[in-house]
Amino acid sequence: MSAVLRVVHAGPGVTLQDSGRWGYLRYGVTQAGPMDVLAHEFANRMAGNAPGAAAIEVSVGGLDVVVEETALEIAVVAPGFRVSGAGAGLPSSCLVTLAPGEKLSLRAGESGAWAYLAPAGRIEAEPELGSLSMHVRTGVGGVGLKAGDRLAIAEPRGEIAAPRALADFRAATDAPIRIVAGPQDDYFDAAVFERFLTGPWRVAARSDRMAYALEGPRLDHAQGFNIVSDGIVFGAIQIPGDGWPFVQMADRAPTGGYPKIATVIAADLGRLAQMRPGASLRFAAVTVEEAVDAWRQARAAMEAAGIAPGLGGLSSEALLARNLVGGVVSAHGWPD
Amino acid sequence: MSDPSYRLLNAGERALVVEFGATVDPAINGQVLALDAAFVAADVAGVRETVPTYRSLMIHYDPLVISRENLVARIAAFEAAHPQAPAPRARWTFPCCYDPAIAEDIAELAALVKLDVAQVAEIHASGAYRAYMYGFAPGYCYLGGLPRELAVSRRATVRGPTPENAVLVGGGLSLVATFSMPTGWYVAGRTPERMFAPHRARPFLVDVGDELRFEPIDAQTFAALDSRAKSGETVARREALA
Repeated sequence: MSAVLRVVHAGPGVTLQDSGRWGYLRYGVTQAGPMDVLAHEFANRMAGNAPGAAAIEVSVGGLDVVVEETALEIAVVAPGFRVSGAGAGLPSSCLVTLAPGEKLSLRAGESGAWAYLAPAGRIEAEPELGSLSMHVRTGVGGVGLKAGDRLAIAEPRGEIAAPRALADFRAATDAPIRIVAGPQDDYFDAAVFERFLTGPWRVAARSDRMAYALEGPRLDHAQGFNIVSDGIVFGAIQIPGDGWPFVQMADRAPTGGYPKIATVIAADLGRLAQMRPGASLRFAAVTVEEAVDAWRQARAAMEAAGIAPGLGGLSSEALLARNLVGGVVSAHGWPD
Repeated sequence: MSDPSYRLLNAGERALVVEFGATVDPAINGQVLALDAAFVAADVAGVRETVPTYRSLMIHYDPLVISRENLVARIAAFEAAHPQAPAPRARWTFPCCYDPAIAEDIAELAALVKLDVAQVAEIHASGAYRAYMYGFAPGYCYLGGLPRELAVSRRATVRGPTPENAVLVGGGLSLVATFSMPTGWYVAGRTPERMFAPHRARPFLVDVGDELRFEPIDAQTFAALDSRAKSGETVARREALA
């Protein structure tokens, strides 16, 4: 029997994402995939799913889903978001089992831009060009979830148990975002590159799954701003003619013709993705080897994380009581 | 030991760019396509995907499976064997409407190159183009062969969404677009053909390396062909090359 997740409310930018649409970059089709790859993988892992399985990516627009047909366990990885299940406040990252008719709600909280909801089971949908990832701008894979959508969950798992808080899969830090220089750092002189690192940069309002625009010091090109179009990766920092950087994100164009001064390393991409407009940041340059080590460590930390220590047995009554005292529980305020 | 025929550029720690030149040149693009074909055929463990562009091959790799050092060695080994680029398979004729009512930026482009609209249309349609790469968005087909008279820089700031299936000019290049998207290029014309149709037997119409020409059509013909193309007909003409 399948479970069903019925969408009651979905803000703009709520999509299905698997590990992305690989193999079609050569036709101009970008991978899409999760904005915060490790958060997505952590959610799938906690739900007992395969690492690249499709999960729901929730934007700051929020989401309400109701479970139907049969009980369903859901892994929620939503640092900074406000989460509630069946009317009771929940830790923002948790495993929760909902009975048919019960509702799970995610709303933007004090921080965090993207949250993940992985049902224990397989989301049944028709892949397009080999993937369930939705690329909203082109409609490849779909344009997003909306109220009324029903997602069938094959092989659902959901033994009724008290909600369990999940540990942080990534340590909180306000360290600089690390980059590897290039591929077109030679389009900028040393002083401009230094200005690029120091910033400080502010995430601009016109930031979305395609790119995060940064506001700060203007970066002038030493050799003009037209290059012959070449490949763009998730994390490439493009400097168009007006000198304001755009960090290319999951829904980026796969190629482009503006110089790319540097590339955000994989280990720090999720942290950047979780910054909201107005957040400030600086960059620090590392080598390829350092970037690979950082990625290995970030993955290892994610793989080591699980149920939050000491919280495994916490009852939903206790969570509810907590909720009544302190308002809706968020991970950052939990459990102290 | 470095091979003078290419440069290696880091696009972070998970992609490497093999750059054969800085210009739009069929010989350089041929080297790109040849190395691409070698990687596709060898299916190297840890190489996730390769992306051929005008003058470089982007290799997406998993550094936890193949190190940069080992990837660089594979590139050198492939290049040492002097791989051959596949020959062009077809010559295409794409209908294109240059009427300023449809070709939104042709007047702006004409002013930039100090010609009138009719001259810009005639010069653009006189070019013998080659499909060098897809990029930017599904089915965006990048061309070389734009006559020099129309070589303008890209816009300093992107313009709003273009009409669908726009024929664009910018940075000394031309391209056939598909979706309505913002761009830093100029809309020089519009074709009724769909370069990308997800449910067509060939979702992506043209093969990289194919030859391409534009045939000017008026607004009325555009409307007629556009409705035929919308219902699934291929309105560009394909001529196979031996």
